[in-house]
Amino acid sequence: MTAAPAPASPSDTLPAIRHDYLPILLPVALSALALPFVGNPTTWVTLTVAALAMGMMIFVIASGLTLVFGLMDVLNFGHGAFIAVGAYIALSVLALLSGWVQADSLLWNLMALGLAVTVAMVGTGLLGLAFERVIVRPVYGQHLKQILITMGGLIVAEQLIHVIWGGDQKAMALPAALRGAVVIGEVAIERFRILTVAVGLVVFAAMLIVLNRTRIGLLIRAGVENAEMVEALGYRIRRLFVGVFAVGSALAGLGGVLWALYRETLTAAIGGDVMVLVFIVIIIGGLGSVGGCFIGAILVAMMANYTAFLLPKVALASNILLMVAILMWRPQGLYPVAKR
Amino acid sequence: MLNTLLSGDYPRSRILTGVLLAIVLGLAFAPFLFSGAAAINTAAKVCIFIVLVASYDLLLGYTGIVSFAHTMFFGIGGYGVGLGLYAFGASWGVLALGILLALLVGVVLAFLIGLLSLRVRAIFYAMITLAVASAFLILATQFSEYTGGEDGRSFSVPQVLRPGYRLLDQPVFGTVINGRVLAYYLVFAMAVTLFLLALRVVNSPFGRVLQAIRENDMRAEALGYRVVYYRTVANCLAAGMAVLAGAMSAIWLRYTGPDTTLSFAIMLDILLMVVIGGMGTLYGAVVGATLFIVAQNYLQKLMGTASAATEGLPLLPKLLHPDRWLLLLGILFVLSVYFFPTGIVGRLRGKSG
Repeated sequence: MTAAPAPASPSDTLPAIRHDYLPILLPVALSALALPFVGNPTTWVTLTVAALAMGMMIFVIASGLTLVFGLMDVLNFGHGAFIAVGAYIALSVLALLSGWVQADSLLWNLMALGLAVTVAMVGTGLLGLAFERVIVRPVYGQHLKQILITMGGLIVAEQLIHVIWGGDQKAMALPAALRGAVVIGEVAIERFRILTVAVGLVVFAAMLIVLNRTRIGLLIRAGVENAEMVEALGYRIRRLFVGVFAVGSALAGLGGVLWALYRETLTAAIGGDVMVLVFIVIIIGGLGSVGGCFIGAILVAMMANYTAFLLPKVALASNILLMVAILMWRPQGLYPVAKR
Repeated sequence: MLNTLLSGDYPRSRILTGVLLAIVLGLAFAPFLFSGAAAINTAAKVCIFIVLVASYDLLLGYTGIVSFAHTMFFGIGGYGVGLGLYAFGASWGVLALGILLALLVGVVLAFLIGLLSLRVRAIFYAMITLAVASAFLILATQFSEYTGGEDGRSFSVPQVLRPGYRLLDQPVFGTVINGRVLAYYLVFAMAVTLFLLALRVVNSPFGRVLQAIRENDMRAEALGYRVVYYRTVANCLAAGMAVLAGAMSAIWLRYTGPDTTLSFAIMLDILLMVVIGGMGTLYGAVVGATLFIVAQNYLQKLMGTASAATEGLPLLPKLLHPDRWLLLLGILFVLSVYFFPTGIVGRLRGKSG
């Protein structure tokens, strides 16, 4: 280390990373494109806000999955289980706090919701740790087995939900102060959607700060680029990975709570519906890329909401088309991660 | 003779041979051995799922491709026959045309999906097929004016296959040979033919290349086999076979709908059957499908008894509730992926040799 001097570089500063802004324009372009088809600007604003809210939920769920994949090449098909478990835990907590939920005070409502979300996230995070230990760890590096076994984990988890909470469909009521809509001018925006967008933005911002400004974030990003090298430098990538897996599971739990409140009903299969969108999102975004995942989630949600309004019969099929179109443009997704 | 029929791929285990013989004989004489509509229904379902699972094994076990769109092809077969017979009346011509069209649609679709996504890694293919299959399911339920939507379509089959038809006036060994029995034997004959055909495929040079790709696709490519080509053909073959299984299902049920052919639950069932029976051994499809469907029909009763017997204990009755049979099979699935990835058949073969 001491002998070889570093080769003289032309300038002392590192070359600036070229930012790729093109994908960011996509959601803007898509929403602008939808405006003439939707016609009525009021409807368009409502749809766009709904799309943003849905996109945030999908992002919260998908971000953990994409990081886990990027870091350890593990794709967890059982991610949907955390969504459902998170939602069910929140359901139980909210049922206990029914006094706070029904009180017509935003503060109490938010406290109830916050407590429910915290418990749900801790619960799914712990479940994630167990899932990683029991289900995922024995099959590192074997993709086929990973897909099969995480699928098996999903089946077992879903059945256990039936055992614990019963198999019937549950109603998931929104706290009193979050029901209804805020009317701004002619546009009615549901309160819960505003909350969802806020939560999604906070998660995204927190994730960016952790990934870009902290030491752990640096290690995670380095691990996504080249896990072996990080390991060779003396960091325990395994521990890092377990941590990311747990956090990803907790985020899925948070997303599950939001999703269930958004739909206001809850079944054990709730994860399955979202997971299809989540997979499309992480493929579009580029496996392992948080930024791509964010943009992908907004795109998919916009596509889903606009087509649900314009051509309700082809809503999901339109997202497949979106995926095909984006993969034609960038075969590795919007923000390809270097090693793949 | 036997060698040609089985393409030289013998069960290679005494116990397995016995089990397979029992299954084949049981299926071959099902209408005579068992009385009642439930038993013959179970037997027909076993036949249909043997074909479906064997075709999936062609992908998963032999080529190493994980697809979640297999029920889509199953559904295409079911809807092809079903909607044809529903729209144009019950004749053999319509039936044949429906099957042919469904085959065409299924194979072309498989080709397109394969072309788009088989170049990438297994994990992408799994996700993309999952998305495509869900989109297909939603389309099939949404365009209800054509497909019957959630309710599906009931239709009549050709005269000879209807319950009212009598082939012989006298019962044979106490069983009336009616149209249902004939329909059963049609399904059975199709199952046997398709299964032997699949055996032929996996034991051909082509099948060996597929297995080489499963073991190491880079090396197969380096040896001069075009991996994408072989994967795509395997995908199309499996899709075609699944379409035919769907047609069998439509002929037997005289009904086609999203829940019987397209739903994701069936996809999971197929996955469980393949893995528990044994990946990469077509006989595993026979054992897996039989075990699973018998369990589906009879394990629930057993669990009901167990649940009642453990009444009063905490949690146990709930875990043993008849609706939780999938829990036990799910745990069995996870354990079998860990401890015996070659499934029951691989286990039995390993012991004997």
